[in-house]
Amino acid sequence: MNKVINDFSITVGTVNGSGSSTANNTILRAIFKMGIPVSGKNLFPSNIQGLPTWYTIRANKDGFIAHHEKRDIVIAMNPNSFARDLASVASGGAFFYADDIKLSITRDDIAVYPMPVKTIIRNDPNVPADFRDLVGNMVYVGVLAHMIGLDMEKIYSALDFHFKKKQKPIDMNFNVVKAGVEWAKINLEKKDPFHLEPMDKTEGMIMADGNMAGALGSIFGGVQFVGWYPITPATSLAESLNDYLPQLRKREDGKHTYAVVQAEDELAALGMSIGAGWAGLRSMTSTSGPGLSLMTEFAGLAYYAEVPVVIWDVQRIGPSTGLPTRTSQGDLTFTYFIGHGDSQSVILLPGDVYECFEFGWKAFDIAERIQTPVFVLSDLDMGMNQWISKPFQYPDTPMDRGKVLVESDIEELKGNWGRYLDKDGDGIGYRTFPGNKHPLSSYLTRGTGHDEYAKYTEEAEMYLKNMDRLKKKHETAKHYVPAPVLHGMKGATVGILAYGSTEAAILEAQHQLEKEHGLKTDFLRVRALPCTKEVDAFLAKYDQIFIVEMNRDGQMAQILMTEYPQYAPNFKVVAYGDGMPASAKWVREGILAKYKAKKIVKKVAAKTAPAKKKPAARKAVSAKKPSAKKVTTKAVAGPKSKMKRK
Amino acid sequence: MTETLPMAGAPANVNLAGLSKNDYRGAPTTLCQGCGHNSISNQIVTALYEMNIVPENVVKFSGIGCSSKSPTYFLNRSFGFNSLHGRMPSIATGALFGDQRLKGIGVSGDGDSASIGMGQFKHIMRRNVNMVYIVENNGVYGLTKGQFSATAEKGLSLKKQGENPYMPIDICMEALVSNATFVARSFAGNPKQVKELLKAALSHDGIALLDIISPCVTFNNQVNAYHSYAWGKDHEEPLHEISYIAPRNEIMLENEMAEGEVREVAMHDGSYVILKNLEKGYDTSSRIEAMRVMEEAQRNAWMLTGLLYLDTSKPNLTSIYNLVDTPLNRLTEADLRPAPETIDRVNALMF
Repeated sequence: MNKVINDFSITVGTVNGSGSSTANNTILRAIFKMGIPVSGKNLFPSNIQGLPTWYTIRANKDGFIAHHEKRDIVIAMNPNSFARDLASVASGGAFFYADDIKLSITRDDIAVYPMPVKTIIRNDPNVPADFRDLVGNMVYVGVLAHMIGLDMEKIYSALDFHFKKKQKPIDMNFNVVKAGVEWAKINLEKKDPFHLEPMDKTEGMIMADGNMAGALGSIFGGVQFVGWYPITPATSLAESLNDYLPQLRKREDGKHTYAVVQAEDELAALGMSIGAGWAGLRSMTSTSGPGLSLMTEFAGLAYYAEVPVVIWDVQRIGPSTGLPTRTSQGDLTFTYFIGHGDSQSVILLPGDVYECFEFGWKAFDIAERIQTPVFVLSDLDMGMNQWISKPFQYPDTPMDRGKVLVESDIEELKGNWGRYLDKDGDGIGYRTFPGNKHPLSSYLTRGTGHDEYAKYTEEAEMYLKNMDRLKKKHETAKHYVPAPVLHGMKGATVGILAYGSTEAAILEAQHQLEKEHGLKTDFLRVRALPCTKEVDAFLAKYDQIFIVEMNRDGQMAQILMTEYPQYAPNFKVVAYGDGMPASAKWVREGILAKYKAKKIVKKVAAKTAPAKKKPAARKAVSAKKPSAKKVTTKAVAGPKSKMKRK
Repeated sequence: MTETLPMAGAPANVNLAGLSKNDYRGAPTTLCQGCGHNSISNQIVTALYEMNIVPENVVKFSGIGCSSKSPTYFLNRSFGFNSLHGRMPSIATGALFGDQRLKGIGVSGDGDSASIGMGQFKHIMRRNVNMVYIVENNGVYGLTKGQFSATAEKGLSLKKQGENPYMPIDICMEALVSNATFVARSFAGNPKQVKELLKAALSHDGIALLDIISPCVTFNNQVNAYHSYAWGKDHEEPLHEISYIAPRNEIMLENEMAEGEVREVAMHDGSYVILKNLEKGYDTSSRIEAMRVMEEAQRNAWMLTGLLYLDTSKPNLTSIYNLVDTPLNRLTEADLRPAPETIDRVNALMF
């Protein structure tokens, strides 16, 4: 049998709430510590206990760690999903199951391994009876470790980390892993091709989820106020703030430079955050779709009253309550135009956990500079799953607190200032904070019509002037938001434009399209709205641009069609959202389904886009200079190259 | 931008803070003539002036509605935030973290607090935010031209609305059950009591709820259940068209009420409200007693006025958070951004 080394997936089917996450994380971390690029994705139900749940791990020597549909190894621990799990194994794959599940095996094209999980755990005198179900999951870790070659030392260090060096639980769990190994050694004969072998591809890398990364980034951004309300999948962002703020912002006097308030609902969560932002604090909230819907009125207030605040939306799939534990990029258009009346938002679009950290601190700089709410759109896949990343980097620019006047400034101006006066011509006024002791520093903020001195007015001319200035401010924002990232290929004939967590899947698809279909592509990952000049140049460059996103309607495409109507005929929308993380398969198939061979395209383009010549003449500027030599997919996708990318 | 400049020439009368009463005033009111809200604004000015509180140490808040417009009409020199309908509490809660030395004065209405904002109202009470929370309570929506509010009495009838079929919400009771630490009720037509209660509220370290019955001269001009009886009034004949606001005089008590006194006060429409002052020796520290007297007042259709409940033992919200002495909005990058070496410690935890 040909060995398949470091290129397969492991899926564990368990009962929600049965404590399998420790076991699954142990496998994930051990593979990571073996130097093999790996990802872990929790496909869980909206339920506390009882429903089927799956955890998928993908190890890939080339660094392709996006979600992968093919199930090579399946571990079935849940009688309720047993039949489904058995059927899901790819031909030639392996199926491990707890042998207390008395259901028949109906496949002969796969390797089947029963595991006496309950017997092994009952025979361990060190595991108390009420811990048996929980620790029993370690049996499959042990059996799997023996069968695919998981390094025991790495398993130990994973447990050591998980239990924070507490010897008792480490020993209890590790002994069960060892019992699983011993049993497998004696009783199982290897009949599948899957093997792990140590590599050096994760050296110097870290593993984190986006919510934790976002929280840490916010702390390095100097967050001072957090108003939040629990909602899946954003909850762990605020909880990570609670975990890490006391450690990272510890002072000798034991006092706090921040406050985290759990609000009564999302309205109050954003309301408090806006209040704090208005009062001069670095202020944020985190939520998901339904919460953002509730925050809409306040977001409009912050836009119109020009209050800096950072709003994280860890997207889940809607509409309405939707599938609360499934991922999506479905809030983009909603966020971009959030609020009644004319409004446009500044949105940051992190593509990985590294950027969740980076945008965590940058969002405050941008919010305070532009004096507007800044939305950071993450998603469940990025936010709650563990991703390999290069280490977080300490902020490379000092804090930008924007245009603020203190007592001495007001004195110098002899009180001659107006909150909404556009003195610098960039649309951004100067602000003061409550607590400023100068008698001429105050103003009354309002969501009602106001003049340049924040006084109430319903004058048509003043209203228009103010709205024009807000529009100008939106233009100014283009100079402060992060530029896109280009993954270029020499000789590319079409463009792919995407954003957020789909990057890993698209890089893999880009590789497959070239290797299997001879289609060379340039991939631009947009990292913010409004679009920067690099996006203008990219869109001008290709007559076929595939806009790939995880939603039904192609929301980024909708925005780009409005912002760049001249290129709209070239857009091909590859939008798909079923709640599962993006995979190379749907990206590749989606692109191929809409791809038109060059000759036909030229004809169509000539007919439908007569204005094409002009943009083509524009100088195409790359976001990141693509490497001069042909970028191999390996180099683009591998975690090491990811490190080099920035 | 000359509006907030100090008045030219030395003012005749200044308080201990060296400020004249003008330093506490706001823009001219745009509310109806005779509106009880204006009287309350005046008492806010007087109370702060007499207490020598510097306007820069106060932040004003409001939601949406007639009452919420009033922060424009007092304390020009204070920062203010006229927020969203029913959402003043959350804005104030966050804003007062900016500088924990500041005192909040919030003005809301019965629609703003007891209907759309009931959730936030109750939560700001339980959080004990350091502010005076005034509800200018008139039982009616004024800016939308006269709909029932949640504090309107059952059986009250209003033009175009018919008869109110619902039981009212008692704002003081709601505050008390939400664990407010200062609960008081007054009547806009009793300026002396309003002022004294305002002073007490401003001295309180925590949330101070002041429910002030403030008759609407324009829309709530029908007999209602708060009013004991109608007198000399022809219900069939409207006093004025809805689009025309008749100038009226503000209702004022002729002389001060004694403790325990029950007094009937004539309203704009000729109906009466029965005011009852709390008895002498009333124990403001007892929640049970506060509940009892409020229940008794409800059964007798009395508007019970005075300080109903006071608890000075609870810390205010920002104290709970053990903040640094420097106001949070004066902290700099050195205070807020962890040191460069911490990033390695963080990365070591990421596994």
